Amino acid sequence: MAEYQKFEHDVLIVGAGGAGLRAAIEARDAGVSVGLVCKSLLGKAHTVMAEGGMAAALGNVDDRDNWRVHFADTMRGGQYLNNCRMAELHAKEAPDRARELEAWGALFDRTADGRILQRNFGGHKYPRLAHVGDRTGLEMIRTLQDYTIHLGVDVHMETTVIELLKDGERVVGAVAFDRESGDFKVFHAKTVVIATGGIGKAFRVTSNSWECTGDGHALAYRAGAALIDMEFVQFHPTGMVWPLSVAGILVTEGVRGEGGILRNSEGRRFMFDDIPDLYKHQTADTEEEGWRYVTGDKNARRPPELLTRDHVARCIVREVKEGRGSPHGGVFLDIAWIKEKIPKAAEHIKKKLPSMYHQFKQLADLDITEQPMEVGPTTHYVMGGVKVDADTQMTDVPGLFAAGECAAGLHGANRLGGNSLSDLVVFGKRAGEYAAAYAKDHDAGTLHEDRISEVLREALAPFERHSKANPFEIQQELRTMMQENVGIVRKEAEMTEAIERIHVLRRQAANVGVTGGRAYNPGWHTAIDLHNMLTFTESIALSALERKESRGAHSRIDYPDKDSHLGKVNMTIRQGPGGKAQLSRAPIREVPAELQRIIEEMQ
Amino acid sequence: MAVVTFQIWRGDRAAGGFKEYRTEVSEGMVVLDAVHQIQAASANDMAVRWNCKAGKCGSCSAEVNGNPRLMCMTRMNEIPTDQPVTIEPMKAFPLMKDLVTDVSWNFEVKKKIKKFKPRPPDAADGTWRIQQQDVERVQEFRKCIECYLCQDVCHVLREHHLHDEFIGPRFFVYSAALEMHPLDTEDRLADLRHKEGIGYCNITKCCTNVCPEGITITDNAIIPLKERVVDRFYDPVQKLFRIFSG
Repeated sequence: MAEYQKFEHDVLIVGAGGAGLRAAIEARDAGVSVGLVCKSLLGKAHTVMAEGGMAAALGNVDDRDNWRVHFADTMRGGQYLNNCRMAELHAKEAPDRARELEAWGALFDRTADGRILQRNFGGHKYPRLAHVGDRTGLEMIRTLQDYTIHLGVDVHMETTVIELLKDGERVVGAVAFDRESGDFKVFHAKTVVIATGGIGKAFRVTSNSWECTGDGHALAYRAGAALIDMEFVQFHPTGMVWPLSVAGILVTEGVRGEGGILRNSEGRRFMFDDIPDLYKHQTADTEEEGWRYVTGDKNARRPPELLTRDHVARCIVREVKEGRGSPHGGVFLDIAWIKEKIPKAAEHIKKKLPSMYHQFKQLADLDITEQPMEVGPTTHYVMGGVKVDADTQMTDVPGLFAAGECAAGLHGANRLGGNSLSDLVVFGKRAGEYAAAYAKDHDAGTLHEDRISEVLREALAPFERHSKANPFEIQQELRTMMQENVGIVRKEAEMTEAIERIHVLRRQAANVGVTGGRAYNPGWHTAIDLHNMLTFTESIALSALERKESRGAHSRIDYPDKDSHLGKVNMTIRQGPGGKAQLSRAPIREVPAELQRIIEEMQ
Repeated sequence: MAVVTFQIWRGDRAAGGFKEYRTEVSEGMVVLDAVHQIQAASANDMAVRWNCKAGKCGSCSAEVNGNPRLMCMTRMNEIPTDQPVTIEPMKAFPLMKDLVTDVSWNFEVKKKIKKFKPRPPDAADGTWRIQQQDVERVQEFRKCIECYLCQDVCHVLREHHLHDEFIGPRFFVYSAALEMHPLDTEDRLADLRHKEGIGYCNITKCCTNVCPEGITITDNAIIPLKERVVDRFYDPVQKLFRIFSG
């Protein structure tokens, strides 16, 4: 059997983005030993790319804001498929999590009276996003990272977990490999927290980094946990479309929050053409009212560019499809126009959106203070993920917790911008707290050597194969196929085909070979990622096929309307006998009367 | 489309050298795209560290035609392609494999710098009041993406290998962010002078020149720290004061 090094921790956390780091802090504060595993170097996780801000009803800019409004906005944005208890906890606890970041050294932008400044964002009724220019994620991850390194957490950088280990029903550890050396590590842990982030790398056009290969989704699923809402993949309306090699890189919603507008090739502000009923009385009637809103007039309603992401993405697709797109297949996002309205507009833009200015200047030779950007939808976020208990973040599998993007429930059918960074810290903290409590109540389970050797053997198999299918080619084929068949606009025949193609690709992947040694071998890394990607992509396609309606981020040509029955269920996928995916419909969590009242009051 | 020749460093600590690859370069491509294309087609095991491919994470640092750069933010049309483009790993850190170096020293250094210690909250609700202008000075330093290109280019580390006595530009920026943080009450000047070797920096500004975030490392971070150290340890009035105040 291949050799491995063994590590013991009370709590093992997989992933060191916002959720994993926050979980590590909380678990360590509870006095248990913590191991933190991350695929990249510490501080490089995908959280670093978050731009716009962290939603928290601090009420610093508009004192009408409070947790009740934030809760109602989150539920409306999620088309009421959300787990209402998670939405409640999130809205109530986000302000404390934001203030805590400040106490740990984060420096948010300020209001005139010296408090944390908040900005407008899609779907949020009041200015709610605490932010640092357009690099809020960097501020958050660096704050959490710099706090964590003094706590005595054992950090295992550039380490990939390949399988969770169970003792009976309970998760008791994980098998991993060190990406740098290629050596195996076995973690013996009383609890495991999955905080592995998203799945964006399964699509061709994405704002996500290479890390987002749905590892946690796949690990938890194979360990027996349920995945819910996997059909809800958020396509962010504004990604770069040109040059091709940078297509998909995010253009923050903050551009629209600061007054940026969307135009088609005819110069029309097409977002005014289609405003959903759910948002009619919250949306500006005129361009003038929209401008007043973004400049802080409390009596104005928000411009339609700040409608929810699912809707804006669909409107852009419509414009392009009907021949009113920009030269490279997007639409125009214009922030330069604000020079008609305010003096020193160029300086203002550079100050508020420094990364965007830099990104377009450097990658597209374009000055956003002078010219409009070309933008189009990009795969950004998965609302679906591992089903968890709202309060504790424990999955259906004892000892296994999940938090952040890989967990599901908070966002329902569509996530509001800014609700992700707050999700990470609110539920990261909860996962750390309850995982530590579980660890204190339980002995270490038993690791089964035969299972460990089986996992190691499978991991090394690609080195032994003579027919060498190229892992990069299979990954690329999967991404192209998912983009075309299970993308922004879906229909039955394409998704049925997608499921068949995934099965074919799985057979090819079983044959994949790698050259070279085990030390820092991207071919091998890709082969292992592929295994996970071919697991959760099937869940996306199966859930999307089953949801015969259009709701939130899930949009079907063959079923363009909402179905009220489907509005009451979450698609749920589990691994059945023989490794076959089994889909069922689970009723959504019932909304208690007091929360229902809030939803109705805030209509 | 044009076919471009690359000389990419391949190997490990034991042995290695430049290997030639050719790949097609299309409009708008960055160096990292070309490296990925080569990796996927003919060098599956070529090690390259990267992550966001958007200039935000600071993982893909390397030396392109001898210049320390983020490969994801270096466009192919910025560099001459009529001759082979060389790509090699950073020089100030031990090689791991191909384009990947062992940067773990940086993580160890950071741990030793005294952590953030805020003053008591200003308001009864446990929050602080800070003016935007006080935040902005430090926000410049907090833009750092920890790519370590400044460490790579610093001659104190790159040529003189004083890793045990000198923390490098990245951690002077980090220290400056803490020292100038409007809420911080910790004192790091003695460490900067005695343990962290700020005196070794002779302000050649090489670090400032390579910073992909445009942080004015030397002028805004290192020089003010040097001034504070000088005021503390070399000012005769202060020195007398210290003697009498014990």
